[in-house]
Amino acid sequence: MAQFTLNINGKQQQVDVAEDTPLLWVLRDHIKLVGTKYGCGISQCGACTVHLDGTATRSCSIPVSAIGNKKVVTIEGLSKNGDHPVQKAWIEHDVAQCGYCQAGQIMSASALLDKNSNPSDEEIYSAMNGNICRCGTYLRIRSAIHSAASNMNA
Amino acid sequence: MTLVKTSYNRRSFLKTSAAAGGGLLIGFNWLVSCKPTPKQLLEMPEEWFNINSYIKIGNNGVTTIFSANPEIGQNVKTSMPMIVAEELDIDWKKVIVEQTNLNTEKYDRQLAGGSQSIRHGWQGLRMAGATGRRMLLEAAAKEWQVPVSELTTKNGTISHSSGKSAGYGEFAQAASQLSVPEEVELKDPKDFKIIGTPTKNVDGPKLVKGEPLFGLDYNKEGMLIAMIVHAPSFGMKPKSIDDSAVKGMAGIKDVFTIDSATPEGEEASWSETNAFHQLVVIVGNSTWEVMKAKKALKIEWEKVSSSENTVDQISKLDELITQKSDEPRRSDGNTDKAFKNAAKVIEKNYYAPFLAHNTMEPMNFFADVNANKAELVGPIQTPAELRSSVHKYTGIPEENIDVMMTRMGGGFGRRLYGNFGLEAALISKKVNAPVKLIYTREDDMTQGTYRPMYAMKYRAALDKNNKLIGFHVRAAGINSAPLFPDRYPAGTVDNYLAESHSLESNVSTGAWRAPSSNFVAYAEQSFLDEVAEAAGKDPIDFRLELFDRAMTDPVGENNDYDAERYAGVLKMVHEKSNWGEKKEGVYRGVSAYYCHNSYVAQVVDVALNNGEPQIQKIWCVVDCGVVVNPDGAINQVEGGIVDGIGHAMYSALTMTDGKPDQDNFNRYQLIRIKDTPFEIETHFVQNGIDPTGLGEPTLPPISAAVANAMYRAIGKRLTKQPFTQQLKEDVVEPA
Repeated sequence: MAQFTLNINGKQQQVDVAEDTPLLWVLRDHIKLVGTKYGCGISQCGACTVHLDGTATRSCSIPVSAIGNKKVVTIEGLSKNGDHPVQKAWIEHDVAQCGYCQAGQIMSASALLDKNSNPSDEEIYSAMNGNICRCGTYLRIRSAIHSAASNMNA
Repeated sequence: MTLVKTSYNRRSFLKTSAAAGGGLLIGFNWLVSCKPTPKQLLEMPEEWFNINSYIKIGNNGVTTIFSANPEIGQNVKTSMPMIVAEELDIDWKKVIVEQTNLNTEKYDRQLAGGSQSIRHGWQGLRMAGATGRRMLLEAAAKEWQVPVSELTTKNGTISHSSGKSAGYGEFAQAASQLSVPEEVELKDPKDFKIIGTPTKNVDGPKLVKGEPLFGLDYNKEGMLIAMIVHAPSFGMKPKSIDDSAVKGMAGIKDVFTIDSATPEGEEASWSETNAFHQLVVIVGNSTWEVMKAKKALKIEWEKVSSSENTVDQISKLDELITQKSDEPRRSDGNTDKAFKNAAKVIEKNYYAPFLAHNTMEPMNFFADVNANKAELVGPIQTPAELRSSVHKYTGIPEENIDVMMTRMGGGFGRRLYGNFGLEAALISKKVNAPVKLIYTREDDMTQGTYRPMYAMKYRAALDKNNKLIGFHVRAAGINSAPLFPDRYPAGTVDNYLAESHSLESNVSTGAWRAPSSNFVAYAEQSFLDEVAEAAGKDPIDFRLELFDRAMTDPVGENNDYDAERYAGVLKMVHEKSNWGEKKEGVYRGVSAYYCHNSYVAQVVDVALNNGEPQIQKIWCVVDCGVVVNPDGAINQVEGGIVDGIGHAMYSALTMTDGKPDQDNFNRYQLIRIKDTPFEIETHFVQNGIDPTGLGEPTLPPISAAVANAMYRAIGKRLTKQPFTQQLKEDVVEPA
């Protein structure tokens, strides 16, 4: 066990965990931020996506010891009131079916829009291809990202 | 208006206590204990009054509608309360929806399966709303000393012809004291204001904020984490366990085995349907600690039954479809003779692999079991069945077992089988502490309950005028017989024979989104396309001719479809897709199927991109009667299509020596965003018929529409799923 101080959603958080503990389980079990989901544990499904210094990162595959001073943002910290343009677009397009993957989808989409404010379909496919939606809401995900982009640029 | 006796489903209206006390937003259950927004807090009434088991009205008119059915992503938590709200005649914006626990005294059929929630709920939910409205009217009539007949309602307000009006909240207390009326008036569907209006998912705002809604998110003070280890292969069980490396590991509390096998002489229930009953269990403080211990555990396994291989399973099924059945499932006319006299005989075999459900949220359940009481929380499609299993194994009376249904991160049939809930209860009992059982993805994907492997042989006989005079289907499946003997084209052919075989296996199989239909539709609708071609007919015209026969002069009496509605969706998809129009470089396929009480027809456009077939657009026409929530309905339609394409194109579970070859998404391919067709255009038939379900019906036909379009593009009939594998295996010449 070791002590780690992490910057999560703008707050310093102390945890005492084994150093190989994936960030995902630190968030879920120790900080009780359960919006970040477990889906596969091997970076194949994207349900656990968070922002690490602004980059979409699979939290299931990065140990807590590798975080250091990097800023972690989870779905709970993406906006104060759930009003990030991507979150609003997800509501506007009523994207979710079961909804389990959607936090990861939203984190991937918001990281994409941070870097590319007006992505093409192809750019959306390439940024979002690591996020599986078992319910098959991909068409709405694509539309919602375009809406969020145009709202951000308006 | 229609007058309806409330005797149907009457126990649903049993009143509990009149005043339910204030502040029920907190306390009813943890799912709604997520902090209410400031706006919600302002609107909270000081006091709530229970009108019936579906409706609670606050003194300020804010209304809670209870959603009793499990929410699995089919959006019933929105659409079912919409039905209650419609008949209650309130403003949807003032509605709060709360998920109920399992309560078989108050609610019927708290089950998610077979696309039946809306169909079964329709009448009862309308009556719940209409009963509430009637009681509020009676309370107002008494208060104002006027006859009920002079009162009207609109958006939660009662008005009298004199001009007097007041909100429902004013009468909620008085209404809650009244007895349930004997008869209620239901709205004329023409007057629906909420039903038929696109309405957003009530959990949408919580989902986009990552609030704890799912079973895996559940937490209780002092809760331990448990994981299971099941045998690596079907046909094995644990022989000995060496936990010496594990017992000293940080955070590990206990290692033991449980046995969830159904007691001898008793029939296995839903929650006991599982290949692996003897499980090694590790319990500890946190997920990662338990995951690490799981890897360090040394278990010796022993073989108790055969170790199967996919190649052998395929050849056994292939052998079975060559064998006559002694007991045909249906036989009309004389098929042998028809084939003997045929001018043309068309024959084809179709195959499909095992599929895992792969819900994004792996199996999990919370249980807190002590001597005479159990609390169970988690994602389950069949909560009542889980409760009865837990009762059977623990002896705890059912009335002391509380089952709380969380939102489910997908089900697709997997969560009909609540073995994981029963396992959680057995583990909690053993450690005498609250426990959350979590399956890893690997546990989840390798433990079975798969969609069975299937094989199917079709034969068709045409006379010299290309009329279909004989039809023969022979089906085989692992632990199942994928055949619906009375479905189309039964009833349209004079000589019809349907036979089936089942191949017993120790691989556990189960219902997977649109059970059997997910394969039968593909095989049947691919085959009919080939028969139409052999007959020199347009594939839609050919199908419609058969429906004409079914309408004018049906063969047999037990035909399990309405030929007019079936033909209706085909005609509409013909019109909407401009079927028959030639587009350069575009190849089209059509398919139609009826299952789960809804009718679906689909047209697919495929184009060749450097010789590779690519799906461009899909037209989908659905007849499910009244569409309760058009936005949610389109989402279901699109999801079913994308799911159907994904599994037909890419997915398979195979096994070697009883061990699944795929255990995670690096080996098991699921459809992703870049493989998704660019556009899906959905149309609903507007006919005012009572609604049927949408969770399943759009999935089965799509794989045939794709296969039929692919055939026109590449000249190859796709007879084996997954198609990508067949496309790789076969050398494909451009058409």
